[in-house]
Amino acid sequence: MMSPRLTSPVPPATSFGMRGRGKETSGRRASYALAMVMTGSMPLAGCISVNAPDKPIVIELNINIKQEVIYRLAEDVKQNIEANPDIF
Amino acid sequence: MTHDFQPVRPRMWKALLIAPALVMAFAGLSAPAWADRDPAYAAARAAGQVGEKTDGYLGVIGGGGDVRAMADKINIQRRANYTERAASQSATVEEYAFTQGCVLIQRTAPGEKYQAPDGSWQTRGAGAPQRDPRCP
Repeated sequence: MMSPRLTSPVPPATSFGMRGRGKETSGRRASYALAMVMTGSMPLAGCISVNAPDKPIVIELNINIKQEVIYRLAEDVKQNIEANPDIF
Repeated sequence: MTHDFQPVRPRMWKALLIAPALVMAFAGLSAPAWADRDPAYAAARAAGQVGEKTDGYLGVIGGGGDVRAMADKINIQRRANYTERAASQSATVEEYAFTQGCVLIQRTAPGEKYQAPDGSWQTRGAGAPQRDPRCP
């Protein structure tokens, strides 16, 4: 009887994951789990934590005043002080 | 010897004439802001009982009812003044008052109170006051 001869070498029947020596979680599954945990934690590292401010929120009512208007009025307000020194 | 003194004398005369003129010019620039204030108002400012707010009006920080009444009276006068000036400049009363506040805070004397952009009361020191970034 002739022993069968393989035409090409084949990889072993056991994969990396199968060599877990009977552990509950095989090596492949463990590596998958690790990858899942890592990908899951990556967005967390980039997260910006938003906390409620401890100070009251101040709404700036003068925000609609434009700087160009202020610059236009700058000279007149100075003259106003000279013209009405009693109220300033 | 006398040769050397000859050109010095006219210069000295000039200096004697210019010096008082300069003193008067500087006095003239700074005096009106102080001279025309009511003594009670000037005292309240110096004592830090009233301060300049960012909106162009006086704020009351301390003192009694008389200080508040005085500040109210001045603020009513200011509002009338701002309303009139704003109309002539085609601006709103708030815009004019805010700009006036910028300049009034700038011109506070050391020791006087003013309102910082965050709303807190500050005492004017030797340096520049804290002002709104939009101030001229």
